[in-house]
Amino acid sequence: MSELLKTKLHAKHAALGAKMVPFAGYDMPVQYPMGVMKEHLHTREKAGLFDVSHMGQCFIFADDGTFETAAKALEKLVPADIQSLKPGQIRYSQFLNDEGGILDDLMITRLGFEGHTHKLYLVVNAGCKADDFMHLATYMPPGITIDVADDTLSLIALQGPKAVDLLSQFNPAVKDMVFMTSLDIPLTPTMWCHVSRSGYTGEDGYEISVKHEDVAELTNMLLAHDDVEMIGLGARDSLRLEAGLCLYGHDIDTSVSPIEAGLFWSIQKHRRSADAGYKGAARVASDIADKTTKRLVGIQPEGRAPAREHTEIQDLDGNTIGEITSGGFGPTAGGPVAMGFVARKFTKAGTPIQLIVRGKPRAAKVVKMPFAPHRYYRG
Amino acid sequence: MSVYFTEDHEWIKVDGDTGIVGISPYAAKQLGDVVYVELPEIGREVGKGDEAAVVESVKAASEVYAPVGGEVIEVNEKLEDAPETVNASADDEGWFLKMKIADASELESLMDEAAYKTYCDGL
Repeated sequence: MSELLKTKLHAKHAALGAKMVPFAGYDMPVQYPMGVMKEHLHTREKAGLFDVSHMGQCFIFADDGTFETAAKALEKLVPADIQSLKPGQIRYSQFLNDEGGILDDLMITRLGFEGHTHKLYLVVNAGCKADDFMHLATYMPPGITIDVADDTLSLIALQGPKAVDLLSQFNPAVKDMVFMTSLDIPLTPTMWCHVSRSGYTGEDGYEISVKHEDVAELTNMLLAHDDVEMIGLGARDSLRLEAGLCLYGHDIDTSVSPIEAGLFWSIQKHRRSADAGYKGAARVASDIADKTTKRLVGIQPEGRAPAREHTEIQDLDGNTIGEITSGGFGPTAGGPVAMGFVARKFTKAGTPIQLIVRGKPRAAKVVKMPFAPHRYYRG
Repeated sequence: MSVYFTEDHEWIKVDGDTGIVGISPYAAKQLGDVVYVELPEIGREVGKGDEAAVVESVKAASEVYAPVGGEVIEVNEKLEDAPETVNASADDEGWFLKMKIADASELESLMDEAAYKTYCDGL
């Protein structure tokens, strides 16, 4: 096994007493001395700071200097409408294979900074980034540059209700940004950052792309505030599960289409037809029309026993109808929460099902997600 | 009353032919916040090393193994509504089950408190 990679905050994690685990080839903090439960609750009550520098960041732009050329090229690989992005705007989408299976999910931003509005900025999952960059290199037409920023940029996320007041102390411009928009601004006179009002916890907050040489200073600036604590991957997972957000490699992978994963909302209207012109478009269109496919749904186990990933889901007659893909204890929900795939006719909220936990059937029901209300700032 | 420990961090407090079983504070700390405990049925026969209970933290489920063989004669029902007791008082109020020990000679393979402390220091 090759040596684990380290983010530029690795020494900081160690100094804070984090428990480190291998994750997607990196040595990452799974929790700090506070523990997963308190870290989770702290993020929902105040503000949590996450090192997500293991994620892949890259820029895509066309040699002809137009946004249209770059947007059209990327639209061949993702279902989302890219051409209509306004400067600074962000969209969530997925890379699909020819069969419509999900290769990765990602955030796509059209840069808003003057002189750079023709550029797209992508953030992809750590575990998929090598394949994603290869995928882009393979399918982007001549005349498109793919600039991978792993050697220059770190990424941190500040999430929670206190995030806005905190970050606006460094630049008041962040206050009026709405969810899924970005700004390129200085947070100190010499520290320019790409700030996005986005995240993966269901809370209001920001993701900040910052130069490697500045990330430790920025982290210390934010941690200096009493309301901010570093949060590990453990709480990141329970937060995103309560928010009903998919985790690649668990809830979604190449065996799942965006429609099956409940990501219909991320595909703009005119991109839903079989001739929309991107990889997997035919599958997306047929899944929209076909009512027999499986669907990812929220699942509320009754009682206190968590139902973990790979738990079998049965109907009340004992027939297998699906499997849990993410499950655990939701600290904010105050009990077990899960998501998983069920056959189409069991997707209605309120449908009773049973979960086979350690060989015994346990009552559960299909529920609407999220388990903790989203608190995004929409202006 | 004597206390014995396993390498999997269970303890058993022995009084005559009965033993009370729990997990050590070291184990409770490693698990993190306990959110659910599954206890065995009363009357269940368990062999030494068999899964006797399950303890779940936010992140994962872990088994609690029987330090010695015997019959489960009582469980700590308090843990069903207050699983956090395992973190608060692992070596006392956070006990899992009481068992009738089948073969007291199985205790001989376990560690005493001093040996267990040395064992943990080496981890």
